[in-house]
Amino acid sequence: MRSSYLELVCPAGTPAALHAAVAAGADTVYCGFRDCTNARNYPGLNFDMDEMTAGVAYAHEHGCKVLVTINTFPRAGQEKSWHQAVDNAAMAGADAIILADIGLLDYATRRHPGLRRHLSVQASAANALSILFYREHFDIKRVVLPRVLSIEDVASLIQQTEMETEVFAFGSVGPMSEGRCFLSSYMTGLSPTHEGVCAPASHVVYQDDNHCIKSCLGSVTLNKFSKDEPAAYPTPCKGRYEANGRTSYLFEEPIGLNAVDILPQLKAAGVTALKIEGRQRSRAYVSKVVGTFRKALDDLAAGTQIHASGDLKTMAEGGRETSGAYKKGWR
Amino acid sequence: MIENQTTQNLPAGKITIGPLFFHWTAEKRRDFYFRIADEAAIDCVYLGEVVCSKREIFFKEFLPVVSERLQRAGKEVIVSTLALVTSKREMSTVSAYADAGFMVEANDVASLQALHGRPHVIGPFINVFNESTRDYVIKNNATRIVLPVEMAADSIGRLAGGGEAAEIEVMVFGRQPLSVAMRCYHARAHELNKDSCQFVCGLDQDGLQTNTVDQQPILAVNGTQTMSHGYVVLLQELAKLQNMGVSHFRLSPQDVDMARVSHLYRNVLDRKCDPAEALETLKAITDTVPFINGFWHGSEGFAWVENRA
Repeated sequence: MRSSYLELVCPAGTPAALHAAVAAGADTVYCGFRDCTNARNYPGLNFDMDEMTAGVAYAHEHGCKVLVTINTFPRAGQEKSWHQAVDNAAMAGADAIILADIGLLDYATRRHPGLRRHLSVQASAANALSILFYREHFDIKRVVLPRVLSIEDVASLIQQTEMETEVFAFGSVGPMSEGRCFLSSYMTGLSPTHEGVCAPASHVVYQDDNHCIKSCLGSVTLNKFSKDEPAAYPTPCKGRYEANGRTSYLFEEPIGLNAVDILPQLKAAGVTALKIEGRQRSRAYVSKVVGTFRKALDDLAAGTQIHASGDLKTMAEGGRETSGAYKKGWR
Repeated sequence: MIENQTTQNLPAGKITIGPLFFHWTAEKRRDFYFRIADEAAIDCVYLGEVVCSKREIFFKEFLPVVSERLQRAGKEVIVSTLALVTSKREMSTVSAYADAGFMVEANDVASLQALHGRPHVIGPFINVFNESTRDYVIKNNATRIVLPVEMAADSIGRLAGGGEAAEIEVMVFGRQPLSVAMRCYHARAHELNKDSCQFVCGLDQDGLQTNTVDQQPILAVNGTQTMSHGYVVLLQELAKLQNMGVSHFRLSPQDVDMARVSHLYRNVLDRKCDPAEALETLKAITDTVPFINGFWHGSEGFAWVENRA
């Protein structure tokens, strides 16, 4: 029997990953359509309408909920595709949709008032006033909190708004306010806000440069590694830059977020749900990470101490972990 | 807005001074605005701190005198609010401006909630990328929308055309803000953190130049904000923007002679100066910082695409 200590919300980049997440103990999975309406629009990922309908049915049979992410910002003149995605999510029987754009929230509220709306992290609602605005205008039922907040901030927000919240528990550390970062389009011309891809693979180049490997995004060199060092993926906020004559990871290091050690604090703060990131990751990743968190949550519910911190290191970005902004010194 | 002789004579197309992103001393800031009041071809000035609430205290005492001097010179004055609001103290600042009856530029949705539907400007840090969002914020009493810096020409055209219910403003000069964060990168560059920052952002009056590991200047760090290294320059595009229905043209303050910059833009808007010629003059004013216009062309933001027209 699964515990209900915290709701475990898991990534399903493909139908196979959805099955893996359900099997590993997800309470909820989230997925998107195979187009630019969701923020993980990578080749070979996501669901068409038939797959979505089947995925929702499969999850529901196993007592698991499905959230559909439609969290990019529609381009002017092209809103129809986003409206279609909202209509399709409703038709597929999704339990909720995750949205960020004000115009799209308005559309969903008017057309599908009965379909639960969650506010995406891409809306960057990091304070009580913003959350109240979205609740008053669009009756959102849950907010996915930005990764820039400390545990104290999270607790205070929940206290002020009495809103259901979902926080990131495992995945990447995003130092910038999400949905409002134009670094990737500045370097590639392709916009994560509309196209749903940050640091698109089509623009990534690894170059042999004397005794090292250079990683580039478009024509911009984001890092240099010696040949025995693992070459991290060139994401603009996780590159090495030179400022004041010193070269460093100025924004953030290539390091993964893992909050498994602070689950009791998140629970005490009043958090409702934990989000595992990684719709672009493998089925093996989904099984391992979801399984580890499932066990941790069940142990905590049973009053058992947990020792899960080292278990996921190989799954973390750059093979290293941090609890990110949750601890105050981070900023 | 106080109308006087100067503003009445200006033809369609108003020039604004966006909020100062950098941490200048209060005196330098005050004198900058005095000069704008006395000498610049500017219709509207945005005051207020957008980047970091820790800086707010320094300029507070000068705000009334600066605001009064600008209004006396016939400039519309608007208070810009923080781009990322997280603390209760920051929320109360936002609410205080809204309650005091200032015309506010909302840069975080928090301000919209604090304004309770009173008339306001939507700043470039609130995503208005499509017609539905534009129409929704107008219904919520936005009287002007400053479009996000990432927006390309065709999208600007779609949002500026057809919606006369609100004025549309586009940034046409200065370092483009590319991201906001909780973390202070200026502090990090000095091996400090945000809480113990010693206001090192004040050391770089035009932003801290940030290079790639290949020594290519690419970004400028300004506290918690990351900006383009180059200045966006949409001088040759002004006529096109006007035809699209854009009513306000934003110059973002840099540590250069902004009064001269304003006259250049004014002259191009008034067809008194050829854009290509103005571009050459601007290069002399701005020294070595390159110009960019990539976002306008739907290309890499840091690119400069030669005008084909």
